[in-house]
Amino acid sequence: MCWSLRFCWAFLAVYGADYIMNPNNRNGLSRLFYNPTARSLFFQALILGLLLYFVMTIVGNVMTNLNQRGISTGFGFLSQPAGFGISQTLIEYNETFTFGRTFFVGLLNTLLVSFLGVIAATFLGVVVGISRISPNWLLRKISMVYVEILRNIPLLLQIFFWYYVVLQTLPRPRDSLSFGESIFINIRGVFVPKPVPDAGFSFYIALLVAAVVAVVALTIWAKRRMRDTGQQFPVFWTSIAILFGTAVIGFFITGRPIMLDYPELRGLNFRGGITILPELIALWFALTIYTSTYIGEIVRSGIESVSHGQTEACRALGLNEGHRMKLVILPQAMRVMIPPMTSQYLNLTKNSSLATAIGYPDLVSVFAGTTLNQTGQAIEIISMTMLVYLTISLLVSAFMNWFNRRVALVER
Amino acid sequence: MSEFVPKPARPAPITEIGAIGWARKNLFSSIPNTVITLLTAYVLWSVLVPFLGWAFVNADWVGSSRADCTSGGACWVFISVRFNLFMYGFYPEDSYWRPNLAFILLIGFLIWLSIPRIPFKKLGAILALTVYPVLAYVLLYGGFGLEVIPTHRWGGLMLTLVLALIGIVVAIPIGVVLALGRRSEMPVIRMVCVIFIEFWRGVPLITILFMASVMLPLFFVGGTDADKLMRALIGIVMFQSAYMAEVVRGGLQALSKGQFEGADALGLSYWQKMFLVVLPQAMKIMIPGIVNTLISLFKDTSLIVIIGLLDILGMVRQALADPAWLGYPAEGYLFVAFMFWIFCFSMSRYSIYLENKLNTGHKR
Amino acid sequence: MKKIATLVGATVAIMATAGAHANTLETVKNRGAVQCGVSDGLPGFSATDSSGRWQGIDADVCRAVAAAVFGDAEKVNFVSLTATERFTALQSGEIDILSRNTTWTLTRDASLGLNFTGVNYYDGQGFLVSKDLGVDTAKELDGASVCIQSGTTTELNLADYFRVNGMSYEPVLYDTSDQTVGGFEAGRCDVLTSDQSQLYALRIQLSDPDSAVVLPEVISKEPLGPVVRQGDDAWFNVVKWSLYAMINAEEMGITTANAEEMKSSNDPGIQRFLGVSGNMGELLGVSNDWAFNISKQVGNYGEVFERTVGTGSPLNISRGLNALWSDGGLQYAPPVR
Repeated sequence: MCWSLRFCWAFLAVYGADYIMNPNNRNGLSRLFYNPTARSLFFQALILGLLLYFVMTIVGNVMTNLNQRGISTGFGFLSQPAGFGISQTLIEYNETFTFGRTFFVGLLNTLLVSFLGVIAATFLGVVVGISRISPNWLLRKISMVYVEILRNIPLLLQIFFWYYVVLQTLPRPRDSLSFGESIFINIRGVFVPKPVPDAGFSFYIALLVAAVVAVVALTIWAKRRMRDTGQQFPVFWTSIAILFGTAVIGFFITGRPIMLDYPELRGLNFRGGITILPELIALWFALTIYTSTYIGEIVRSGIESVSHGQTEACRALGLNEGHRMKLVILPQAMRVMIPPMTSQYLNLTKNSSLATAIGYPDLVSVFAGTTLNQTGQAIEIISMTMLVYLTISLLVSAFMNWFNRRVALVER
Repeated sequence: MSEFVPKPARPAPITEIGAIGWARKNLFSSIPNTVITLLTAYVLWSVLVPFLGWAFVNADWVGSSRADCTSGGACWVFISVRFNLFMYGFYPEDSYWRPNLAFILLIGFLIWLSIPRIPFKKLGAILALTVYPVLAYVLLYGGFGLEVIPTHRWGGLMLTLVLALIGIVVAIPIGVVLALGRRSEMPVIRMVCVIFIEFWRGVPLITILFMASVMLPLFFVGGTDADKLMRALIGIVMFQSAYMAEVVRGGLQALSKGQFEGADALGLSYWQKMFLVVLPQAMKIMIPGIVNTLISLFKDTSLIVIIGLLDILGMVRQALADPAWLGYPAEGYLFVAFMFWIFCFSMSRYSIYLENKLNTGHKR
Repeated sequence: MKKIATLVGATVAIMATAGAHANTLETVKNRGAVQCGVSDGLPGFSATDSSGRWQGIDADVCRAVAAAVFGDAEKVNFVSLTATERFTALQSGEIDILSRNTTWTLTRDASLGLNFTGVNYYDGQGFLVSKDLGVDTAKELDGASVCIQSGTTTELNLADYFRVNGMSYEPVLYDTSDQTVGGFEAGRCDVLTSDQSQLYALRIQLSDPDSAVVLPEVISKEPLGPVVRQGDDAWFNVVKWSLYAMINAEEMGITTANAEEMKSSNDPGIQRFLGVSGNMGELLGVSNDWAFNISKQVGNYGEVFERTVGTGSPLNISRGLNALWSDGGLQYAPPVR
């Protein structure tokens, strides 16, 4: 029954459209068709109808298939106990927590590696980009070779390279490389001391907050003074001095409120301290290096896009090289750089899903991997995963658009 | 009266010309510059010398087993022993001539189309887009008297190239249509295109591949028998065509509004306007973007390893797990990296060449 | 414009035909091959040999089904799947049988929409540790890094075991068994945990197999068997009885070598089994000589076991639990009657 009804629709669509579109039928209907507004309405309705039909069919099929095969549906599984362990958790987690919790553990791990990657890739990318236009021939050529080699090799391959070639040559835990008996490096990762708050910690934090407030106030004051009198104030160095000074002096005044929990080799593994997983390191390195080649090119073309006249004008005004970059070239280059930078950041976040290839517990590996397999609810889990990435990407785009509007050239 | 004999110009000081002058200008022009030069040279030296020693000087090139790797450097024997597997996957050995022939034909067409001096470009393009795909399909898959070789036996570099080529040919037109749709005046079409593009651009490729490879049959009643390779390919094409659409849109936006209005004033229809006026001009602006998308498509084909298809990376990884050859990951991965690099790098060089060639007279 | 209209119409028509419904046995017969999901390379169970042919006890189950359905054991398309992909691939219809050392559990039976057709290997989870660790029992593994293949029951059993014994561990997940061995060999983890049979299989992949030992503890029951989708009883029966046919053949003493001459046996049970008399195959929806084809082309359970994981293979695993019930094992097949 259903089948024949569908067939009728197909029949109508083919012959109906043919009839309407034949220019020989110059009756009222076809004249309507040659009216651009009517035609565009017709097309839109057709597309919309087809699309709706398509989506409904897919949804219907999925529901039928799931029912027929007795596969559980719904999001009830999220409150079931997970029963498996995860090697890196930023929030509290153990086997007794729910599948829903594994979602957040995975998500946070994704965000962590993306955040670290964005910071490092930007830094490295700017260095590479500036090196590419450096007056030094050797530096220029080396950075060119760096870019041309590394961006033409698939990221997955680079992740494998870091993980399976570089990191696997590290020693085993008993022969760890040790730095001052507090930092250890071996094949299981990097082990660093963990700061643990002690008595007087809240007081120390309050001091630091006060220092930050002071720096902000100083910046505002310096700006105002420069606007009024034209005199400049070395804000950057003063701020560094204030922050650093407060951190160090405050530390001793408040009676050393931070204890360090050192990692030590007990039994089979290091205990205590913070463990940085080799999977995280490999993924982070690969993402950073791969993305930095793209950012380097963006920075280079951004700087080169600023007309040479600007540079000459700066020289004529007697600005030094640092000021020329900071006050004239970079603000203008920034406008060109922001849109492509945004898409690089988004790419990096999406690329972090390759974590699953080396077992770093990110969203795809934990949630769309282990959890999917233990519950078998592919539709729900894959949709949730895709939705997360979509949301991140839309949020970042929205933020970057807003930022872009702020720095965009306001033309009269 | 003596004739005026001009003294010959004195040569420039030795410090200003030749190698020394060049070095002074480019390497040692100031103190920080000198420091940078020395530092970079040191780093380069300390990285390059051991690497070259390992990869070439101390390397083993010939042999047939692990025992032939004795000199402590790279063991390229690992690659040469399995070279055929890396190139063709599990494609039957007596049929290697088929992919070879398809590849040679492909190179022939590429030369025909990409070198300006060879005539009959249009004919070449038509043949390449109509006859060649059918021919290549028959050669690779079989039929017409040739033994059928199912796609699950395809692998290695051959699979990578098949995926990349089909992806490239299909993603461009879809991308153009999407971009035009996104700039359409019909709100529904615009909406559909925007949602489509943003969706594919917003999710990671591996979730798409996972969906395409194992979840797709759920969407059809009674399942579907579409080939796994085919489905992976659809996933990659959808993903990259969304990126392509954005590149095309950028090119369209960069075009001055006067061109659109001029075409309208001449009474050209929508498709005439697009194909005769807009796209040819936009193409110049779009070429770097298009080639970049193609390069990333090429690189992204390596992700099919994750869904269990054995492209060149997959074959190497499988070889690395062979108990008889444990311990040569560096050689394996460097080999794959080199293969990918050759293709991607030549694509990017060709794009630069094309860009310069098409850059007709607008340079100031 | 006309073209577009036709295209649209054609699309609609194609989608309409996708509504046609068929059962698995029919689909398989029409396709001319069984789609069989196997592992991504686990010696003895399912792994490709140097010529690219799938070998192993799990692969042979699929061959037996193909022999029963088509009379030709080679009509199988093997689909290599990671542990994470396997159930989705089966649920979605990408494969017809999942024969991939998969453990039979209640959740998988009840909520994944799957049916286990039987057990072709009785297994249990164990630990592989390197000798120089000096560990004799799993109770000494507190704080260890453990390599596991992701998406397996192993992951859950491990968590239970360490929690019950009040020990902590760091899970190191890998997608494929090759990577798991790689991680273990490089020292990324102290322990590799998996089904015992796999541990032996993985151990021979080490560059120095003698450097590692399998600990005596078996911490779980792992009945491994072929899986099909729920709600298709005809296909369920074909797969179930193909496996039982292999076990029955061993019980009756029918082998690849003697299957032909056994046809003239005057034992009515053997005659029924080999399709000389009766219509056993027809009842299943396949030809009557189905069991003969299985025995002739694939072999009986004992033969397959010895060839793939037993004494005739590098794994050298003894029958143990997998011996016939008459020999004190657990393999027992209902009669063909």
